[in-house]
Parts: sequence; structure tokens; C-alpha cells
Amino acid sequence: MPGHDSARDIYRQALPVILVSLVAGLFAGTILGSETMRRSIAEVRGLLLLLPAFLATRGGVYGSLGARLSTGLHQGVIEPRFRLDRRLTNAVVASFLNGMIVSAFIAATTYAALVLFGDGGNLLELLGVMLVAGFLSAALMISVLIAVIFVGYRRGLDPDNVIGPVVTTLGDVFGVFFLLVGVFVVGAVS
Amino acid sequence: MTDAGPAFSDEWAIRRIVRTMIPLLAALSVLQLVSGTVLETYEETLLRYPALLVLVPVQIGTAGNLASITCSRLTTQLYLGTYELSPSNPALRANAGAVFGLAATVFGAVGIAAWAIGLALGGSLGPGRVLLIALVSGLLLAVLVVVASVAAVELSYRVGLNPDDTTIPVVTNVCDIVGVLILFAVVSVVL
Repeated sequence: MPGHDSARDIYRQALPVILVSLVAGLFAGTILGSETMRRSIAEVRGLLLLLPAFLATRGGVYGSLGARLSTGLHQGVIEPRFRLDRRLTNAVVASFLNGMIVSAFIAATTYAALVLFGDGGNLLELLGVMLVAGFLSAALMISVLIAVIFVGYRRGLDPDNVIGPVVTTLGDVFGVFFLLVGVFVVGAVS
Repeated sequence: MTDAGPAFSDEWAIRRIVRTMIPLLAALSVLQLVSGTVLETYEETLLRYPALLVLVPVQIGTAGNLASITCSRLTTQLYLGTYELSPSNPALRANAGAVFGLAATVFGAVGIAAWAIGLALGGSLGPGRVLLIALVSGLLLAVLVVVASVAAVELSYRVGLNPDDTTIPVVTNVCDIVGVLILFAVVSVVL
């Protein structure tokens, strides 16, 4: 009974989940600590400032898409098939818009903070990096989430139990990586 | 589908999903800029010691994970009637014990891993100091997770809100942000 677990029981049950997110965190940290990323951090002013916000909103945007799809499946209003359905398309388009709008918002707020409290920054550069990183995250997270939720559901997995770890793990690892790609793309264009 | 009328235009409309989510996400990202400011302040130290950069995402992620486990367990126990705000309450003691045990295990492993990765990335920070930073900030984080979770569950129950809806988003975000603050408070003492 959940009310009577000992500290040891809780420890044993929670450790595997924590360890998975730990490995993902270390992986993201390795990309963050790599020489290329450190050079980008030194070059692009505001990159460290926006990092926590960028990583945290991945969880908000795609975690809620996952929860919505999962509820829809349980209610029977969407079907676990890869075909065009109004509800499914709406949910996907909305989370894509959310992801892009928030990425642009983070770029603008970071720029404002740099102007107010620092020596200023480059709005176009920050916006470019965030839009590229936001777009790549959206493409990856949406396709992986739909695939995992539908395939899992058809095999009898409750999507509610899978979304959390999938979103955290992918969001952390690829969030940092796509940020780096964004810096490269903006650097190549300008 | 016979229910494709009003329910459809409500819950699954793009405009509605975007309108409810954007203010929340915007507020969240402004809050997260607080920990971003801390990172920016320590930019030189972080660039010199990559082991510390490795610690950043781990610290953020693990704090949130421990907090969400604690909150949902405390809420369940509240509804089952086994929880009570008292240092001798068995449910509360088991939860707190597990959080400290998990923090000691995870942050010990993280310290060693971050040192090794930092070394491979060209850093020069010794294993003792990285381990000390990871463990001390990890255990302080465990204290924060337990205190913040208990406070959030108590508060939301007394105000009459369902703790299942309110505590996890609030506490995980607070722990993410304060996690970075704690990490760098410890860094500035140790280095």
C-alpha cells in the first residue's frame, strides 16, 4: 500500500527513473561542456542567460502535448493511427506554435535583460539561434512523442507513464544540441 | 464521432490551446531567467572548468525529478490519511529518508562522472573538489525538495486546491531555479 512504503522501498522504486534522467543530464552536460559549445558561449552574448528558460519550456510545451494526446486516446476521441485527423493535427499545430512563440519570446526577454542589466546584445542573433533550435526541437519532439505514444498505446502501455521520462530525456539532450546547431546556422548565415 | 460539435471547438481548438499555454510558458521562462542570470554571472568560471558546466543540466533535472516524486507521494498519502505534518509521522519520515538516500547516491555518482567528463574536455578541477561541490549542493537540494514539497502540499490543501494539480508544476520549477542558485553558492565557497 502506498501509504506504508518504507524509505528503502521508495528508494528502490525511484532510483531507476532518476538514473535514466541522470544519464540524459550528463549527456546534455557533456555537449554543454564541449570545446565547441564553450566557444559559442563566449561568442554569443546571452546564450547562458537563455539556457534554463529554453530547457524548461521544452518540458512545458511537449509534456502538455503528450498529456493531451494521452487523454484523447483514453477518451477515445483520437485513434492511435498515423493519419490526418482534425484533433491530432490541431494539437500538433498548437504545440508547434507554442514552441516557436515561446522561443521568440525567450530571445526577446534575454535581449531586454542584456540591454537593461548588461552591455547589450544582438537581438537578431539571439532570435535566429532560438528559432532554429525551437524549430528543430519541435520537429523531433512532436514526431518522437506521437510515435512513442501511439506504438506504446497499441501495445498496452499507458502513455501517461511514458511521456514524462521521454520528454525530459529527449528535451535535455537535444535541447542543448539544437542550441549548438542554432549558433552554427546563424554564424554561417551572417 | 457524434460529439464533434462544441466539445471539439473548445478543447481541441488551436487558438484555445495556444491562448491557455502561452501566458503560462511566458511567465515560466521569465522566472527561469533568474537562474540564467546566475549562469551568466559565473560565465568565466564555467568556461574555465567544464566539469561545472556538466553539472548544470544534471542539477536542474534531478531537482525537478526528486520534487515531483515527493509531491505526488505526499499528496497520495494526504488523501489516504497516512500523512500528518509532524516529525514523527512515519510516511513523512520515509519520504524524507528516501529523498536523502537518493540524493546521496545520485550526486555522489554525478560528482565522479562530472569530474571525469570535465577532465576529458580539458578541465583541471580535481576529483575531490568536484565531488564536494556535487555532494554538498545535492544534499542541500534534498533539504529544499523536502521542505518545499511539504510546504506546497500543506498550503494547497489548506487553501482548498487539489495538491495533485498545483504542487508539481510549482515545486519542480522552484527547485529547478533554486537548484542552480544552490550549486553556485557552493561553487563560490569551494573554489
